[in-house]
Parts: sequence; C-alpha cells; structure tokens
Amino acid sequence: MTDHKGLGGLDTEATPGSALDREIRLPLGEHELDAPMPSRHMTVNLGPSHPAMHGVTRAVVQLEGEFIRSMKLDIGFLHRGFEKSCENVTWTQCFPYTDRLNYVSSIMNNVGFALAVEKLCKLDVPERAKYLRVITCEIHRICDHLTLVGAMAMELGAMTVFLYAIEARDIIYDRLAELCGARLTSNYGRIGGVARDTPEGWIEKTTKTLDRTKDYVDEIDELVSRNRIFIDRTRGTGVVPREDAIELGFTGPCLRASGEPYDIRKASPYLVYDRLDFDIPVGTNGDNFDRFQMRMEEMRQSDRIIRQCFAQMEPGEIAVQDFRYVLPPKPLVYGTIEGLMAHFKIVMEGIQVPAGEAYSYTEAANGELGFYVVSDGGGRPYKLGLRAPGWPMLAALPFMSVDSLLSDLIPTFDSINMIGGEVEQ
Amino acid sequence: MSKVVIDALVERFPDAVYEAYVGVGGDDCVFVKKERIVDVCRFLKSDPKMLFDMAPYITAVDYLGQEPRFEVVYNLLSLKTNRRVRLRVKVPEQDALVPSVTSLWRGADWFERYCFDMYGIRFSDHPDMRRLFMYDEFVGHPLRKDYPLKGRQPLVEERDVRDIVRGPGPATRD
Repeated sequence: MTDHKGLGGLDTEATPGSALDREIRLPLGEHELDAPMPSRHMTVNLGPSHPAMHGVTRAVVQLEGEFIRSMKLDIGFLHRGFEKSCENVTWTQCFPYTDRLNYVSSIMNNVGFALAVEKLCKLDVPERAKYLRVITCEIHRICDHLTLVGAMAMELGAMTVFLYAIEARDIIYDRLAELCGARLTSNYGRIGGVARDTPEGWIEKTTKTLDRTKDYVDEIDELVSRNRIFIDRTRGTGVVPREDAIELGFTGPCLRASGEPYDIRKASPYLVYDRLDFDIPVGTNGDNFDRFQMRMEEMRQSDRIIRQCFAQMEPGEIAVQDFRYVLPPKPLVYGTIEGLMAHFKIVMEGIQVPAGEAYSYTEAANGELGFYVVSDGGGRPYKLGLRAPGWPMLAALPFMSVDSLLSDLIPTFDSINMIGGEVEQ
Repeated sequence: MSKVVIDALVERFPDAVYEAYVGVGGDDCVFVKKERIVDVCRFLKSDPKMLFDMAPYITAVDYLGQEPRFEVVYNLLSLKTNRRVRLRVKVPEQDALVPSVTSLWRGADWFERYCFDMYGIRFSDHPDMRRLFMYDEFVGHPLRKDYPLKGRQPLVEERDVRDIVRGPGPATRD
C-alpha cells in the first residue's frame, strides 16, 4: 500500500485535538475557567433514518460531550425475509432475490449463489461463462467501491467527489444495462452459466468506459487522497487492529486494511481468478483512511482483471448444455417434445438439486459472501443461509466508535460500507 | 482439501465428535455433540496446528420431522493455514440451548443472535441474547419450517423508553 508518510510531502500526522488522542484532557487548576464542567451523559438516537447514515440503522449512543461512551445498534428495519422467501421458490427464482441483497453489486450475489448451487450439483460451467462472470463481478466491484468512495467523501463534505463517482458509476451501469437489461437489479446469473452473451461491440465500448472510469478514479484520488480535511477526519479514526479484525470476523477490504492479506480470489481461487494477474492491496493501520485507500486501489486492480479477461476470453457456450439445469433454446422447446418437457420441468418444478449441504464463499465487494445451501433433493432450497459481507463489520461498529468523537462515527460508518439490503436480508 | 483437521478432531475428541465426512466440494465436515462445542472450538482456535482464528459464518437449520430437530452449523476459517471446517451440532427442540462461542470469537455475537431470532435456539453465556432483526415483541421464530407463510402480527404498543428530558416512563404526548 501507499506510504502515508510520503503523501506529497504533507505532514499527514493527524492534527492535535483530532480523535487520535482519545482522552479528554482537561487542564486542572490554575484558572477557574479551566475547571472541568460536571456533565452527565446524554443519550442520542441516531437514525433509523439519518442523512449522515446511509441505510436504515438505528444507533443509540451515549454521549459525554462529543465523545461516544456507549453504543447500541438496532437493526432489522430493512428485513424482508430473504431466506424465508427463497425457501418457498425454486432455485432459479432465487436470483432476483439475491439481486436485492447488495443492490449496488448485484451480479456478485448472483454469481455467489450460482456457485453455491453448482457446488451442490457438481456442475462446471463453460469457460466463456466463467469469464463473463468474472468480468461482470469486477465491473460491479468498481461500482460498489465508487459508491463507497463517493458517499464517504460526500458525507465528509466533498460533494464534487460524489458527483464524479456517481457519474463514473452511471456510465458503467449503461454498459451493464446493455448486457443484462437492467441497471441495478441485473438478474444476470443462472445456474450453469449466465443469462446472455455480450452484445455486438460491447467489449470495445466497455473498454472505453473503463478508460473513462479510470480517469474519474484518478481525479477522485487527486481530489481526496491528499486533502487535509479528509485525511484529518479519516486517519486514526475507526481503528481496528489486525487481531481484533480477525476475531470480529472482518473480511474483504476492511480486513485487508488492518494488514491481513486475505482475499478469497487468491486464497482459494474460483472461476478463472487463478489465471489472472492482479495484486491485493493491504493496509497497515486499519483506520478509515486505509479502508478508503483499499477501495481506490481495488478499483484499479479490477480494471486490470477486466482487461485481461477481455484478452483471454474466447467465443463459446455461455451455459452448460444440460437441460436438467438450463432452459433449452426456444426452437427446441417449440420443436421437440424433449425440449418442451425439459422446459416445463424447470419452470414448474425447478432444478432438481441433489440432496446435501454445502457452504460456498466468494469475494464480494465488501468481503466474504457466503451461501450455506441445504437441499432435500427437490426443486426448492430447503435452507439458504446468507453470510452477508457487511454483517461482522456492522456488528463491530460499537467497538470501532466507542470512546471516539461522534463526528468520527460518520467516516467509520461509511468506510465499512454497510449495505442494508444484504446485512438485514 | 485434506482430512488433517477432521482426523485431528476425531483423535483428540473421540467422545465429542462423530460422523466426520468430506462434503461436496471437499469441505471438511464433522458432527459435534452440543455440550462439547466450546471445547472443540477452543482446541481448533488455539492448537498451533489448527489456528482457526475466524468464525465467518454460523447459522442454523430446521430439519422439521427429524429428531433432533435443529442443527447449528459453524463454518470456521483459519487464515494462517487457509483451511476451512464445518462443525454441525444437533440441537433438540426441547433443549434448544447451545453453549455460546462468543468468548472465542467476538464475531459470533450477531450470528448467534440471528439463530435465536429466527429459530429460537438460545445460546448460554451469550452477552446479549436478544432478537437481531425482529422486534422484541414479535411472536414466534420466522425461519422455523412450521412458521406460517401468511398472516400478520399486530403492531405493538409503544415501549417504555427512557426519556432524557422528562425522566423515565412512557413517552406521553402533550
């Protein structure tokens, strides 16, 4: 990772009085005006819907002056019964539900779920489908990180960055809309492959879009990463030491910001990640600034991955040609009885997934996205457990915020990137 | 993946673990007796050959009609050795109380609360055994297989909240 001390020759040590020195130091004696004023704790209810806390999370904080002394989180306002819903529809019908978990990077959820079911079915998808999955996942990783970067900068007062980030995200969404027909809820994954192949000229257009996105990312980097206000508010705040991060169950950029170089794409590669050349950024301090920098660097690495995929990808099937899992092409459905039967079986009964249980994990934008699937051999999931990436990070928010300034809660809450859709299921 | 972990577990805890197997995709899985889960987890976390320093996912399953009815599933990860293991603990409905592993991994806190919220499995020695997503007055545990799919629960009355201005008591409207 970047050397914070060398950032443009700036004195990047946090200014005195910021949250690095967490004790309230009250000078005693000498002058009676300096005497500590007796104060009592004040309880403040942040949220459920607060402009500075995206998502619908209620935090009851006890304040002593401006310092948070205790914090209690109350979540569940967005709970929609994801697991219960999935238990009552066919395996294929779960895909639209997974879109709505992390709605900023929906294809990652699609792919994570598809891989879990394929693990249970012992299914191997064609090469082109693997590449398409990796490409769309990494595109969505850029979208997700752009959202975080933009929102975090905006909530710390840098509105321009937000506009740039959302602009960059929007031109990527245009490409995704050409591929899957939707900007946000893409529903692109399928068990056994992906839904559609790339349209004509999509790869060239996407390469150009990536160039533009890269420019935006560089611009954001210039605007924010050396900005004194931004650095003062993020460096040394929301610190999670490495051991705590591990014990609290952090994964993804938040874990890596604390100095643990664990990335599922490297540690246990899935799809085609073992054939791609990319680096894993690792932080040192585990503070908000490092978590922000992780995102900035990962966007550049995702860019590299996508370009490599474009170069390596070859034409071919985009889904397995096994009609127990994949809908047959329409000429077969309307022209042959076997095709019609296969179509009918998948639509009416669902894919017959062998009985058993499996835990599949992928590296989503915010960390490990796990699906614990249990099948009883029927067309519907018996149990679909979701391990949302942001869950442990949100659970650790009190740990990160207690005894720090209330204003530090905002960057901390931003940098863990809590997505209500996935955490509250 | 190799069978190193489950072999070590079977050797170390012959009376606590049973039916070790390699699941689909090569995952190491083992059933653990409910009473011994903390011992097994402590061994897995602290043994220098195991070092399972993270519990990425803990969940529960309701096998309605089977005896014992519930199952708590611990997915553990060792960052040092990059191994994963899955511990499955059978929990009977009448005695749905499982020792908590929050003393080993603080990250297990919300997962256990989630199991309680959705399945009604309680965890002993858990620091804060409340519902996670549903509100406290909610009746039933939604992910149980016998929880009805249709129907509504009435909205609850306002809770007594500690009023920082007017003192304790129900929030009254002037």
